[in-house]
Amino acid sequence: MLTGDFNIKSEKKIEVRNLTKIFGKKPKKALSLIETGSSKSEIFERTGQNVGLYNVSFDIYEGEIFVIMGLSGSGKSTLLRCINRLIDPTDGHILLDGDDVATASSEELREMRRNKMGMVFQNFALIPHRTVLDNVAYGLEIQGMSKEERDAKGKEAIETVGLKGYEDSKTSQLSGGMQQRVGLARALATDPDVLLMDEAFSALDPLIRSEMQDELLALEDKMQKTIVFVSHDLDEALKLGDRIMIMNDGKIAQIGTAEDILTEPADDYVSRFVAGVDRTKIFTAEAVMKRAEPVVSINSGPKVALQLMREHGISSIFVVNREKHVEGIIKVDDALKGSKEGKGLRDIMSDDVTTIHPDTPLNELIPIIENSSPLAVARDDGKLIGIIVRGSVLGALAIEEV
Amino acid sequence: MAITKIPVGEAIEVLVNWIEGNFGVLLDLFSDATDYMISGLNDTLLLFPPIVFALIIGIAAYFIGKKDLKLAIGSTVGLLLIENMGLWVLSMETISLVITSASLALIIAIPLGIVSAKNEFAYHVIKPLLDLMQTMPSFVYLIPAVIFFGLGNVPGLVATIVFAMPPAIRLTTLGIQQVPKELAEVADAFGSTPWQKLTKVELPTALPSIMAGVNQCIMLSLSMVVIAAMIGARGLGYQVLIGIQRVDIGQGFEAGLGIVIIAIILDRFTQHLTPK
Ligand SMILES: Nc1ncnc2c1ncn2[C@@H]1O[C@H](COP(=O)(O)OP(=O)(O)O)[C@@H](O)[C@H]1O
Ligand SMILES: [Mg+2]
Repeated sequence: MLTGDFNIKSEKKIEVRNLTKIFGKKPKKALSLIETGSSKSEIFERTGQNVGLYNVSFDIYEGEIFVIMGLSGSGKSTLLRCINRLIDPTDGHILLDGDDVATASSEELREMRRNKMGMVFQNFALIPHRTVLDNVAYGLEIQGMSKEERDAKGKEAIETVGLKGYEDSKTSQLSGGMQQRVGLARALATDPDVLLMDEAFSALDPLIRSEMQDELLALEDKMQKTIVFVSHDLDEALKLGDRIMIMNDGKIAQIGTAEDILTEPADDYVSRFVAGVDRTKIFTAEAVMKRAEPVVSINSGPKVALQLMREHGISSIFVVNREKHVEGIIKVDDALKGSKEGKGLRDIMSDDVTTIHPDTPLNELIPIIENSSPLAVARDDGKLIGIIVRGSVLGALAIEEV
Repeated sequence: MAITKIPVGEAIEVLVNWIEGNFGVLLDLFSDATDYMISGLNDTLLLFPPIVFALIIGIAAYFIGKKDLKLAIGSTVGLLLIENMGLWVLSMETISLVITSASLALIIAIPLGIVSAKNEFAYHVIKPLLDLMQTMPSFVYLIPAVIFFGLGNVPGLVATIVFAMPPAIRLTTLGIQQVPKELAEVADAFGSTPWQKLTKVELPTALPSIMAGVNQCIMLSLSMVVIAAMIGARGLGYQVLIGIQRVDIGQGFEAGLGIVIIAIILDRFTQHLTPK
């Protein structure tokens, strides 16, 4: 999960408004039935029209990973394909940077597809009889870029996905994971703002899939693209999504962060969807930590430490330096002894402190916290940002078991 | 009371007459142009001494067949056998006819195949026509060809073109229709024009199927060119015909063997040119 410095609620990149897609020749009939409240399956039985999407509206923000999730047939692929109009919507609008994709002329649409949107496909969809490089450079080639220039850019993209050295390989000789790297490089080569990914990792082995997810997150950290990622796998959605949209029968069931969806499912459908999740993998240290106070400065003395502990009713306290880096921890007994003997904090504190990263998942904390004093949560730069005591982990888990 | 016969035959006759009356000039033009192509190619082929030609084909076979020595030697020996049986000139005439008619057939068939893959309406018009053409006995094509073009190589060529087109159309259509949906989406998603999509994604992907159509088109051309001897087309077929008329088993068999040798060479060449 990308939390932290991710700036949600920034610019709207894609605005979807009242989007409806009916598959079939008589959409009007189906529409009037939907308005009277008929279900998707009733409509199909009575009219033969298939409701792909109905009246869907939402926004996607610049730089976020927006995951569209739902059971098979819930309309995820249809929605994704409406964004670049591989599927023509029956009704509604899709604004990309304010321009309506739904009503664009074929010329305008081609420009948008060439410059603003890249797509990654479930089954890789590499063009046979083309080398890795020629596949990756496809988007540049159809823009009319010279061979020299597109080869250079293609090679860059290939390096980005870690396939350097495979430029001239035939794609059929590559493993699934490598083929999808080619697919990803092809989408990155034109440097689009938006990446559309339809079940991009679903065809891969679990291990490779997880590796690709990690790499996508790493890439996203560097490139800050807007990614729309379709998945039917909740674990994947929770791992990748800054926000997640759950779809049910062509409609939106809920939109929110992973924690929103886990803690406050909007309806039974979502509840059932999230029932099987192992929450300890989802919640991170950051989600359950308490604010890092009180702490005591290394330059003060045992009396200050005692005072702070008394005020807050705690039995130990972290000692920090000016940069808020943890120096050690003091237990109440040691502070009492030290204050009587007139010793400094340095002499009485214990430096046996376990420091963890805010992104550490709870399941890794449980064994550590069992028999230890509080954990310090620190960022990469060493700055203390939170404290975790045994009670807060168990408390978090207890709430979520309900 | 007898039921009146519906005048199918009469109607066709009227149609043929009408075409002849109105498009006579065009038919003549076509006739001259194709005649020129056939004899031009034939003259070119006859420029090579048989032994040189046989060697060139052998060497070409070696490389096209990915160093297949058996194919190389077989081609050369086969051609030399043809020369030895005294059938060289007739064989070159047959090959000229086959190449010309197959090329023209493909020039028409492949675009038609593409159109019928892309356009639902065209598909529904072309499909039943193909069914009809492929079930019609091949001899039937000879009749209108004779009416429009008289006797000789040109009517033989026309009948051959009509007869050899269907599989090439069908397999082109099939090849394009079988391009995976995701691949077609790739072309669109990256902003290809329809022409880019066709030439950079669909045709290359459909190539194995299209080449199978090319192969069948050439083989059918060869078989029809032989039959077309009945309406005055020259070449080995004519020799077979004479063999039949004179009940000369030896002569008929030799000519037949020549046809088989040419058939095998053409078949292997086109198969090897098909990507994997
Ligand atoms: N080309 C199509 N023709 C008819 N119905 C379709 C077509 N594509 C999708 N559908 C229907 O639309 C609904 C949503 O499909 P889809 O978006 O593919 O679902 P998902 O990707 O969530 O599995 C399904 O009921 C599906 O059967
Ligand atoms: Mg799907």
